[in-house]
Amino acid sequence: MTRQTSPTLSVVLTGSGGAGVMTAGQTLLDAVTGGGLYGLMTRSTGPQIRGGEAAAMLRFGPEPVLCHGDKFDVLVAFDFENLQRFAAEIPMDASGLILADPAAGEPPEFLLKTGARIAHVPFAKLAKTVPGGRVSMVALGALAKLIGLPEEAIVGAVAKSVGKKKPEAIAASERGVLAGAAAAADIAPAARLAAPRPKPGARWSLTGNEAVGLGAIKGGVRFVAGYPITPATEILEWMAPALQKTGGVLLQAEDELASINMIIGGSFGGVPSLTATSGPGLSLMIESLGLAVASETPVVVVDVMRSGPSTGIATKSEQSDLNIAVYGLHGDAPHVVVAPLDIGDCVATAQWAVHLAESLQTPVIMLSDQAMGQARAVIDKPADAHFGAGRLTWANAGESYARYALTESGVSAMALPGVAGGQYTADGLTHNVKGTPSSQARDHIDQLDKRRRKIESFDYGAHWAEIDGEGDTVIVTWGSVSLPVREAVAAARADGARIKIVALRLISPAQPDKLAAEVAGARRVLIFEQNHSGQFWRYLRAHCDLPAHVTPIYRSGPLPFRPGEIRDHLMKDA
Amino acid sequence: MTGDRLPPADAKKWSVAEFFAQALAIEIEASERYDLLADQMEVHNNREIAEIFRKMAKIEAHHRDEIERRAAGALVGGKPAKFSWIGPSGPEAIDFEDAHYLMTPRMALQLARVNEERATAYFEEIAASAEDAGVRAFAAEMAEDERQHVVWVDQWIAKYAPDEGPADDPDPAVYQE
Amino acid sequence: MNMPLDVERVFKPADYKSAVKPVWCPGCGDHSVLLSFQRAMAELALAPENIAVVSGIGCSSRIPAYANCYGFHGVHGRSLTIAAGLKVARPDLTVIVASGDGDGFSIGGNHFLHACRRNIDLTYIVMDNRIYGMTKGQPSPTTEPDWDTAIAPGGTGLSPFHPLVVALASGANFIARSFSGDLAGTARMIVEAVRHPGFSFLQILSPCVTFRPDQQKGWKDMVHPAMVPETDDPGRAARRLMTDDGFNTGVLYRGHRPPYQPHALAHLDPSELEAEFAL
Repeated sequence: MTRQTSPTLSVVLTGSGGAGVMTAGQTLLDAVTGGGLYGLMTRSTGPQIRGGEAAAMLRFGPEPVLCHGDKFDVLVAFDFENLQRFAAEIPMDASGLILADPAAGEPPEFLLKTGARIAHVPFAKLAKTVPGGRVSMVALGALAKLIGLPEEAIVGAVAKSVGKKKPEAIAASERGVLAGAAAAADIAPAARLAAPRPKPGARWSLTGNEAVGLGAIKGGVRFVAGYPITPATEILEWMAPALQKTGGVLLQAEDELASINMIIGGSFGGVPSLTATSGPGLSLMIESLGLAVASETPVVVVDVMRSGPSTGIATKSEQSDLNIAVYGLHGDAPHVVVAPLDIGDCVATAQWAVHLAESLQTPVIMLSDQAMGQARAVIDKPADAHFGAGRLTWANAGESYARYALTESGVSAMALPGVAGGQYTADGLTHNVKGTPSSQARDHIDQLDKRRRKIESFDYGAHWAEIDGEGDTVIVTWGSVSLPVREAVAAARADGARIKIVALRLISPAQPDKLAAEVAGARRVLIFEQNHSGQFWRYLRAHCDLPAHVTPIYRSGPLPFRPGEIRDHLMKDA
Repeated sequence: MTGDRLPPADAKKWSVAEFFAQALAIEIEASERYDLLADQMEVHNNREIAEIFRKMAKIEAHHRDEIERRAAGALVGGKPAKFSWIGPSGPEAIDFEDAHYLMTPRMALQLARVNEERATAYFEEIAASAEDAGVRAFAAEMAEDERQHVVWVDQWIAKYAPDEGPADDPDPAVYQE
Repeated sequence: MNMPLDVERVFKPADYKSAVKPVWCPGCGDHSVLLSFQRAMAELALAPENIAVVSGIGCSSRIPAYANCYGFHGVHGRSLTIAAGLKVARPDLTVIVASGDGDGFSIGGNHFLHACRRNIDLTYIVMDNRIYGMTKGQPSPTTEPDWDTAIAPGGTGLSPFHPLVVALASGANFIARSFSGDLAGTARMIVEAVRHPGFSFLQILSPCVTFRPDQQKGWKDMVHPAMVPETDDPGRAARRLMTDDGFNTGVLYRGHRPPYQPHALAHLDPSELEAEFAL
């Protein structure tokens, strides 16, 4: 678990018009974490395809860093163009340092108001003085000097990404870095990097989207059909070559309606199948998700949630698709909804999602979000997860076959095409045990019972939630909001508070008994979520008995919860 | 094209075995077709017509058994000689497109009559033009069978008074999906 | 094209029919299409369990339940996508897609374009009766502009869609038209469509006895074999298809595009994917 009581350093790089802010952010992340520290990077951009204003926000520490802190220690501004766009996302205070190119002019009002100290290094002029010099390298060099990062670390990171084939590029970067470091020699630092753990174990650098792809393949997915949509496209782009290497295939579909139906087809053929999308795409898939429920065809749909409604803010995170994921299907169509808690958890939760889909022969919607999906973190290598056997298939043992037989568990064996004697027609029409369409009351009720029984009587095991700590204050939350919650609670515990965190992975079916056990005896229960209408709180209220004193705290995206914000809520009637 | 049910050009050259294979196929197709139509009529609750088609199916099945007896050892390995499953429709199969859920007994039997007439013409053509004497003889027998069937169907039709075609169904069609 | 032929097992058309009795109206052309399908499968000697029939919603889409094969009766307009996913994941199966003119050309229109373009080895049979039968008789994309209906009094005034031309322009590898009443012709074209690699499109004019009996009774006299042999020249095919009377039957275009079937390049263990993340 994260214990963010150790010192972290938060840096934001900003600039525009091709200055290379994003690349510089990646270089900085690689350089710092190469030395043993953990890190997190998120990025914000303007609407331009290229040349727009951009901000790379990074945080480093000796323990895994999974969310941003309450403020940034250093802002490195290549320029101030349109920086106003990011004002709400880059809080600073008087303890902070703004390192800027004097040619950029006066910092915008919102920065001046923070009271942060301003120091100047002429990045652009210095870049011109060295052959092949780049503004970003000069800036990183200056920053490195200030935060106690060895210049070689930056050059090493550039070398790794650019490759041995370009010694001149590496040399040019080195020249720029050294020029920047020299120019920053007389500037007093604001904060410095902490020392890394003596022996960090195996560590990974990856994004939430990559983690989802890996988990899915580990879970057995070998067919993906998908349509590009922000912020989920990277899942498809990572999985395309990865599937080719592991015996699978990815098909780019013409739209989301095709995506969901293609994976239904692939799964009907026996191959675990998945698609990835965001809110608008999930809306398009809803009808066919119902088809998967009715025909009992396993599929996994990853929704990397973004700010809604409608087109919303594609590049910003929110937790506002819970309602449609749980309730969106017409008719009574029980299915499973899960949500990972952090980037590393995306691996195991995706694997679990595949296991649940296959075992229950149902669609599983996995609610990730942009905050995890597009963030890159250096984390401890996740432990391998193991789940039980998957799809129950039918082998012809001489008996006649009823695809939708009424079993005790509700799960009936599935004949895969190619098995003689198992021929049946999968159908969205209400059907009898053999799959023949039927409008008889008995068949309708039997099949509804069967599908509900299979979802509700399944043993979801310990994965349903991550329970941490004990106390008479209980926080119930889910998804990426659990991360600032963890950090805030760690700080509160350091001051002696006793708080339990219940972070759900299994959203649907609801687990009223298990939740009741976790909140039993709580003096107060706080529910945190990132959407405008309190979807998670209202969902829990609808399905679970919550104690009388429950405080729901909900607000929409695009801004993430910060640990300090959580802490303030904890302090109220503490 | 669908009305053309005369023998193919190469029928002249058939051996006895090939002839019986084709004759069998015709009767099997006829019997199966009547059974499928009877199924459709049952599903649509026209019991009277369903029974007529079932009877016709049985008659054709008997005719098929009869042919098998006559063919005796002429068949190749106890089953029809090699022929394609996708040959043209035989002369004794009603087009599905001619059915109607409210068809009257006269209408159904008129269609059956057309079958028998076509079958008659079919076998008469072979009886006249086949090169093999044995084929000509068997074809002539078959043509006589079919002529007899026309008579039976006429007698059957006569049991029903003339009608004005399908009754009027006051109910409109029903939405299904 | 590789096709598993079960030559040891001799198949009869009856092997491909399930025990479920069709609920199509007596007089519906789809009864003939089912029989043609059975005969075609017997002719191809494909084991029933190795065939999958995928459909959408509509009268024509009821066909999977009547076939003794694996089947998927999906939602309206999406049969081509279910079939594409199934064939890519299970290239060993023979996948037949069945649809009607509404399901296939209206709501399914976009998927039609991309299915032709993708050229996965599928056979797409559209039973075209120029109407939405299951919902009681609305005009479809192939309905004549002056045909009066409740929803479009006096007719839609819209020119019908040319599905064969659209198929050709989108990349279909085999284009044919038949008439349901011509059992032999339809069965033969199904056989050729299945045998031809890539995306094969067969439009079967299949009259609707309930909603269009008068207009379509005459179809059996209006259909005629195409007067020129089939072509593999898309330009020539385009001119012919744009100018034919809609009742030209036969294989009209046979192309040479290789079918699309993506393959994995390797079968590594997923743990081999982890190296790229390791610091």
